[in-house]
Amino acid sequence: MEIPYTSEPRPDTGLTNPKIGIWLFLASEVMLFGSLFSAYALLRMGAETWPDQSAVLSVPLATLNTVILIVSSATIVLALAAVRAGRIDAYRRFMGLTILGGAAFLVVKAFEYSDKFAQGLVPATDNFLALYFTLTGLHALHVVGGLVVNLYLWGPGVRMWRTDPARFTGRIEVAGLYWHFVDVVWIFLFPVLYLL
Amino acid sequence: MAGPSPWATHLSHAGPCSLAALRTAWLRYPNLLRRYLFSTDHKVIGLQYAFTSLFFLLVGFSLAVLIRWQQAYAGQPLPLLTLLVGEVNAPGGIMLPEFYNQLGAMHGTIMVFLGVVPLAVGAFGNYLVPLQIGAPDMAFPRLNLASYWFYAAGGVVMLASFFVPGGAAMSGWTSYPPLADFAPQGQTWWLAGMLLLVLSSLLGAVNFITTIVQLRAPGMTWFRLPFFVWTQLITSFLLLLAFPALQAAAILQGMDRLAGTSFFLPSGLMVGGQAVDVAGGGSALLWQHLFWFLAHPEVYVLVLPAMGIVAEIIANNSRKPVFGYRLMVYSIFVLGFLSFTVWAHHMYLTGMGTTISAIFQATTMIISIPSVIVLSALVLSLHGGSIRFNTPMLFALAFLPMFGIGGLTGLPLGLAATDIPLHDTNYVVGHFHYLVAPGTIFALFAGIYHWFPKITGRMMNETLGRLHFAGSLVTMNLIFFPMLMQGMAGVNRRLWDGGAIYQHAEPVLYLNVPMAHAAFGLALVQVFFIVNLFMSLKGGRRVTANPWEATTLEWAAPTPPRAHGNFDELPRVYRGPYEYSVPGMDVDFLPQHVPDAKAGA
Repeated sequence: MEIPYTSEPRPDTGLTNPKIGIWLFLASEVMLFGSLFSAYALLRMGAETWPDQSAVLSVPLATLNTVILIVSSATIVLALAAVRAGRIDAYRRFMGLTILGGAAFLVVKAFEYSDKFAQGLVPATDNFLALYFTLTGLHALHVVGGLVVNLYLWGPGVRMWRTDPARFTGRIEVAGLYWHFVDVVWIFLFPVLYLL
Repeated sequence: MAGPSPWATHLSHAGPCSLAALRTAWLRYPNLLRRYLFSTDHKVIGLQYAFTSLFFLLVGFSLAVLIRWQQAYAGQPLPLLTLLVGEVNAPGGIMLPEFYNQLGAMHGTIMVFLGVVPLAVGAFGNYLVPLQIGAPDMAFPRLNLASYWFYAAGGVVMLASFFVPGGAAMSGWTSYPPLADFAPQGQTWWLAGMLLLVLSSLLGAVNFITTIVQLRAPGMTWFRLPFFVWTQLITSFLLLLAFPALQAAAILQGMDRLAGTSFFLPSGLMVGGQAVDVAGGGSALLWQHLFWFLAHPEVYVLVLPAMGIVAEIIANNSRKPVFGYRLMVYSIFVLGFLSFTVWAHHMYLTGMGTTISAIFQATTMIISIPSVIVLSALVLSLHGGSIRFNTPMLFALAFLPMFGIGGLTGLPLGLAATDIPLHDTNYVVGHFHYLVAPGTIFALFAGIYHWFPKITGRMMNETLGRLHFAGSLVTMNLIFFPMLMQGMAGVNRRLWDGGAIYQHAEPVLYLNVPMAHAAFGLALVQVFFIVNLFMSLKGGRRVTANPWEATTLEWAAPTPPRAHGNFDELPRVYRGPYEYSVPGMDVDFLPQHVPDAKAGA
């Protein structure tokens, strides 16, 4: 027996299963990052001294990364719009750009990390750097996860476009929601870790 | 179920764990693997959860028996022990304190995270929720499969940690730093195992909520849901939103242990008379906040599904609708919400301040109200009923007073003034064991006896069931009641010598011996259950699809329910879940799926 509402919305809830699923998953993710942000608040409030964050970290690189992620968030919306319009070539172009954006973010992040390591700044140095590496590391893992999904949907996953376009569109939307979430987390991380 | 014997013999000929053999087996018996190990059918996954979690309950219980033996006969040699746990942990049969600490930490961890929760949610929830709402399966079957295997992997990591140098985690199931930050590497395994288990319950929770929201059969409106489904819904929200806090905490502790950070290590920390070479500036309280933010909702994860099971069984066996169905539903909503606001009542002794204590006292007293409402409603459901005293009903009935004792003994712990002397004593251990052992685990046993005929088409043996019930009830009380007495006398928990080191414990120490004997007795009466379970699989009395004359949808499905799809055709729902003894009817039950015209007067 088929499981209903995988691509058609259920009339009384107005939602498909994957859409509810991803929102629930993101709610859980909010709690995960929320716990870590509150750890940051608690440790910083209790600290006798706290380093000047923007002096330790590179604000220009982080600004660049912020721009990259926001642009990639926009391109995944364009990818979804292209799928909805039935333009699969445009979809692949925009999804490709999104993936490039994610990859560029990680490359910049790698430069930042290696620069810190070269200066002898590691998680064990102090609690600020410990939080910085833990929070951005976990966020980077989320970027990697998103990249894997997006790569799949850009490459082999496109097959579904021919067999079940409605479900494929749903997948792009869900992947987009996740990617926006990764973006939003960064938009919180950037001021908290680099500017405040 | 078809006999999997060809597959078993094939493996035994192929030698241990050879990849080639597995590959051959996969090619030769793909159906069996897909049917029993990698099925996406919620019923198969539910049974996988059931058998795995029952196994872990047995493991966790065995650790508890060792703990009880040690407390009663501390320092005395038990030659068998060396054989069981090795020369490293018990040289000459005398249990080492380090090993005792592992027993305590791992008993708690295994029972909660690998035993009770997976049985209550993974097994019962998985098997019953789609059936009770009239769905063909869970909303995300492959996610469901992944959830089980993450759970199994978490279990393997936890068990494996006993065999790493230094043994398993030994800093209590709460893993408080700074202690846990410096524990041997078993603690890192504990953290890794926890991450897997949290991931598993996260996937499960997403799946349950989506299933309940989206896959209700036509006519299954919200207030026609069986109470059990409601409890699973609230439980899933708790799993979804509370468990990430532990994930975060585990990541931070992992960083402390592996990357040398000091999230939980304050400045100027001395260990063994030596200053610790870390940056410092961390906070041990941070761990406690994050841990209890998970672990208090966790208490309700343990309790809610039990309430759901008991409600189903009481309605069915008293042949009456449950009392105050809507009130019960509203109550567990309040319960679920408030469970996020009480966590720091575990931390009155930490010096977090009297203002904060006062706030958490207030929320803790408020949360007892919905719990009392649900329990009272369940008791009132019996009033005027025509009660069938079968094994599931006996367990469900015993749940009520046992859970009541557990709840009432919790009140003094919720108030700072009375918690301070009782904190970290055996009183606390007695309190939560009353909730979880003769409370939740009794409800789970009740559920197994109740739904076994739906799963297998056969009844479990009633005599063995009653022996199991009576034996468990008596021995559990003999174990847990003395704990309350010892705790009132001030005996601390987690003591290798059972409290002998303290003068003030002396008058109540003799209780350790009957408690140990009761624990052995409890182990013995579980044999009735194990024998019953396996004997009834093949030899139980055959029954029809609805032997209890129940109203909810799982009994409308064929027995056992159809693989991948459950029902012959998807049911339509015409009424609420507990239409028992409706006046003017020929029969005393009116199933949810029977149209009014056919129900007849």
